[in-house]
Amino acid sequence: MALEAKNVYFRYDRKQPWVLEDCNIKVEKGERLAIFAPSGYGKSTLAMLLSGYIKPVRGDVLLDGKPLPKKGVCPVQLIYQHPEKAINPRWRLRRVLEESGRIDENVIRAFGIETAWLDRYPRELSGGELQRFCVARALMSGADYLICDEISTMLDVITQAQIWKVLLEEADKRNMGIIAVTHNRHLADRIATRTIDLSL
Amino acid sequence: MEQKKDTLLEIHNLSVSFSMYGHGFERTNLKVISDLHLTVHPGEIVAIAGSSGSGKSLLASAILGILPDNAVVEGHLHYKGQELTPDLQKKLCGKEIALVPQSVAYLDPLMKVGAQVDGHCRPKPVQKRRKLFERLQLPDNTPRLYPFQLSGGMARRVLVSTALITDAELIIADEPTPGMSLYQALEALKMFREMADEGKAVVLITHDIDLAVEFADRVAVFYAGTTVETAPVSDFKAGVDALRHPYSKALWRALPQNGFEPVPGFQPYAGNLPRGCLFAPRCPYRTAECERQVPPVRELRGGEVRCYHGT
Repeated sequence: MALEAKNVYFRYDRKQPWVLEDCNIKVEKGERLAIFAPSGYGKSTLAMLLSGYIKPVRGDVLLDGKPLPKKGVCPVQLIYQHPEKAINPRWRLRRVLEESGRIDENVIRAFGIETAWLDRYPRELSGGELQRFCVARALMSGADYLICDEISTMLDVITQAQIWKVLLEEADKRNMGIIAVTHNRHLADRIATRTIDLSL
Repeated sequence: MEQKKDTLLEIHNLSVSFSMYGHGFERTNLKVISDLHLTVHPGEIVAIAGSSGSGKSLLASAILGILPDNAVVEGHLHYKGQELTPDLQKKLCGKEIALVPQSVAYLDPLMKVGAQVDGHCRPKPVQKRRKLFERLQLPDNTPRLYPFQLSGGMARRVLVSTALITDAELIIADEPTPGMSLYQALEALKMFREMADEGKAVVLITHDIDLAVEFADRVAVFYAGTTVETAPVSDFKAGVDALRHPYSKALWRALPQNGFEPVPGFQPYAGNLPRGCLFAPRCPYRTAECERQVPPVRELRGGEVRCYHGT
């Protein structure tokens, strides 16, 4: 069981230079990988490739040796840096959560999501609170892998610790694989079982 | 009041509220910043740390006078001893006071980056821009790109350059470093430090406490729209015992390298604030007194704290 990018090439346009050239990355189930790379390296592009939002120009993204499924909930879920951009602003948060299936009370409780929040609109909650919804939504979809693209850079350190604590507990329970893109080495030391530095 | 001569920016009793429509035509005032104090001296970098949604960015907007129309600002804002009126703000903005905006959305999507960074400066500061871009490791073709072609970190560095290219006396930098690599973030902050050493000043709003303590002189900690503590940066380096307010201590303990231990609970909502100390519902040291009345700001060991029990 592994999620893998194999000799992946990507560019946004044929006239543009390659964003990723011959990129190889592999994460096993139950493994937590932290990725460092300089700004503009293509980390977010890599995150979108791994979760199937975009297709590589050359090379493959493989889940257990097969391409990502085209139908149904993707077993690789991406969590963005900006929760407010990842949630439909015109949906109440209950609907946002229900999008990924039945609401799991345990997950909600673990994230400290209050029942009253479910009837609010996204603009009525802070970034930290919305990010809890994004993570909860990804967890409730039953994904096997989570790609966390700087999910806590915009949050204060207490909220960061709160979110990661629950996320790691749940990931452990379900033996999920995690790829976390981060700039904070201390954070990487806390959350990852393996780190790679693409700037080297 | 005599102090005002050697302070660059003085904020006293500032509150910001938004007037909003509730049901029908009923209007409510939502207070998002209350009773906030902050002074900035020339030659100083003041870091503002604190919880998300505690009004840090609103403070930046209030200083520059770019709050939305339904915002009501009360209290005293003084720049170089002069009251910062809307007229004065208009005159100073972008010249003496510059903003590094938090969001990439502040860039004009239809304008190439180079022209945007030059702004209204005439003659065009092309040399200076080149030097800035070079120091921030922006590739040579960056000036010819449109904002959508930039990565998050590149956009952030462009935003920093827009402020550094002016000869501002005071830069308000709202989260300037996320997305940058460590080297670039250090370089950006080094430039801020150089500025401050020339007698100018920087207000650095950030979540990255590790980085902030390396460059700042003082740290102001925000919670739920007010300052709970201002401390010399050495106290943040010294650790949890040197800090005064329970929230600052909680912040310190939640850092990945210091235990990664979050305090339970959430910041109260604007409009639904507790009557007494804003941190009381989550505070392990709270007493009846804390729940009755908001503690006043008091001086303590070379800093300021808003807590009855701070030591």
